[in-house]
Amino acid sequence: MFNNIFLLMRQELALSVLVFLLLFIKIGKERSNTSILNFVNIALFVNLIIGICFVGKGELFSGMFATNALIILEKNILNLAVLIISMQSFAWLKNHDQVIEFYLLIFTSLLGMFFLISSGNLLIFYLGLEMSTIPLAAAANFDLSKRKSSEAAMKLILSSAFSSGILLMGISFLYGTSGTLTFSILTAHISNNPLQLFAFILLVSGFAFKIAAVPFHLWTADVYEGAPIAVTSFLSVVSKAAVLFTFVSVLYKVFQPIASTWYLILILLAVVTILIGNLFAIRQDNFKRFLAFSSIAQVGFILIGISGSSVAGSASLIYFILIYVFSNLAAFGVVSLVSALTGKENISDYKGFYKTNPLLSWVLTIALFSLAGVPPTAGFFGKLFLMMAGAAKGNYGLITFAALNMVISFYYYLRVVKAIFMEENEAPIEKLGIPLVSKMAMYICVAGILITGLASMIYDYIYSLSFGL
Amino acid sequence: MHEITLTQILFVSTALFFIGMYGLFTRRNLITMLMSIELMLNSVNINFVAFNKYLFPEKLDGLFFTLFIITIAAAEAAVAIAIIINLYRSHNSIDVDDAAEMKY
Repeated sequence: MFNNIFLLMRQELALSVLVFLLLFIKIGKERSNTSILNFVNIALFVNLIIGICFVGKGELFSGMFATNALIILEKNILNLAVLIISMQSFAWLKNHDQVIEFYLLIFTSLLGMFFLISSGNLLIFYLGLEMSTIPLAAAANFDLSKRKSSEAAMKLILSSAFSSGILLMGISFLYGTSGTLTFSILTAHISNNPLQLFAFILLVSGFAFKIAAVPFHLWTADVYEGAPIAVTSFLSVVSKAAVLFTFVSVLYKVFQPIASTWYLILILLAVVTILIGNLFAIRQDNFKRFLAFSSIAQVGFILIGISGSSVAGSASLIYFILIYVFSNLAAFGVVSLVSALTGKENISDYKGFYKTNPLLSWVLTIALFSLAGVPPTAGFFGKLFLMMAGAAKGNYGLITFAALNMVISFYYYLRVVKAIFMEENEAPIEKLGIPLVSKMAMYICVAGILITGLASMIYDYIYSLSFGL
Repeated sequence: MHEITLTQILFVSTALFFIGMYGLFTRRNLITMLMSIELMLNSVNINFVAFNKYLFPEKLDGLFFTLFIITIAAAEAAVAIAIIINLYRSHNSIDVDDAAEMKY
């Protein structure tokens, strides 16, 4: 029995041990920031290895907590993303007073996401969701003295509390109509009766808030702009990925009986999300806001992939998220380094960036190419598989619409590349000294972008684990 | 003396939910907005308890869910109030209209 718990919950347990270790370091004697950061980065690496080395399958606590090879893979992707974020924020945290508190908040949130992904019951699902969002709101306020940071945190906590209220209302109606909270039993009770449809729509709105799909995206850009960049990249990559993983498994497994209904809802959400995300991304000058709207548009493409509702649907989602982790974090890594060392965050500041910082320019360019979907970067293959999964339903008008929107997205991604390489600037960003850890993180990201697309066994592996409708 | 039916309780809880939502959308004071959200969460609590008592009295799923909601709402309120205090320090106001530096 206890062996089982230690094996199946080892990722959660490893993270909890890390949280408690950090607490003890906090109350112990004073240490230098650099030694703490090195310790955390090594510990995160060990954590990633622990997650990879054993793949098991099983249920704990009478079905409340479930795990299998796919869920372990999803958790490993999140672990990897957090490791990269932690390495990238080195330059920012090196001179910060509250390093340990930052990691405590981030790790608690990650722990909540692990429970969210593994949930087999609406109660643990709700607990995981709240555990992942409440610490994030506190982390968004981490630049305590900055006005924008507290405004961002206020917007995040209010909108997430509101969305969880809506989600809970949906859950309560589901409970009222079925009498159970367990996912596997719930499926048998789902039908097209109006109250359950209402509950389902409330549930989807709660999800849409967390993944920032239009029309529930209004908090996104403000929070991304105001929060510290490390928190922004966590929000845009890790938290979005965790909720998307759960969303697809809830849709495919629990709401299987009303698949034709949620197909329409997904299509509607996807079309509006892509369009609004693209149109607003065009007019942004702040780099963080720009990446916020570009990530909204990416979620729209992901929703199209999910709507395919086949094995390819969930496989292409996980594959795309893996690529998205590398490409978005590479972009955020460069932006966070420039912001930490010079304080500049606008796209117009990046004019003539290539002349002074060729390495950073190339990393940023490859990341943007991958986000836009230019072959041979991995982003192209990710989007290709998403579109193929979406096309399985035979809705070619939708796929054409998405493809046309990719052309629009080329415009704003390449605008940044043009500013970096071609435009003149009298006072460009001076040559930056890159810390070794940040450099390593960038190399990992670039290698990920180039390799994930070309090595076909990665997609094959994900496909072999995935599930369909 | 009439027995209170499930429909009546559901009417109250749904009304409470939308009153909370209305308050969140119209009020401009952050503390009042937080109270409106608590109202929404409490209407969900009423829902769970009523469903449990009237429809599924043999198991206590709904009651336990309510306990967890109350706990988490308290945690959420604590973090939200900490954020509001910090906002007050930098903006000298807890009105949402004053905290509108970032738009569009």
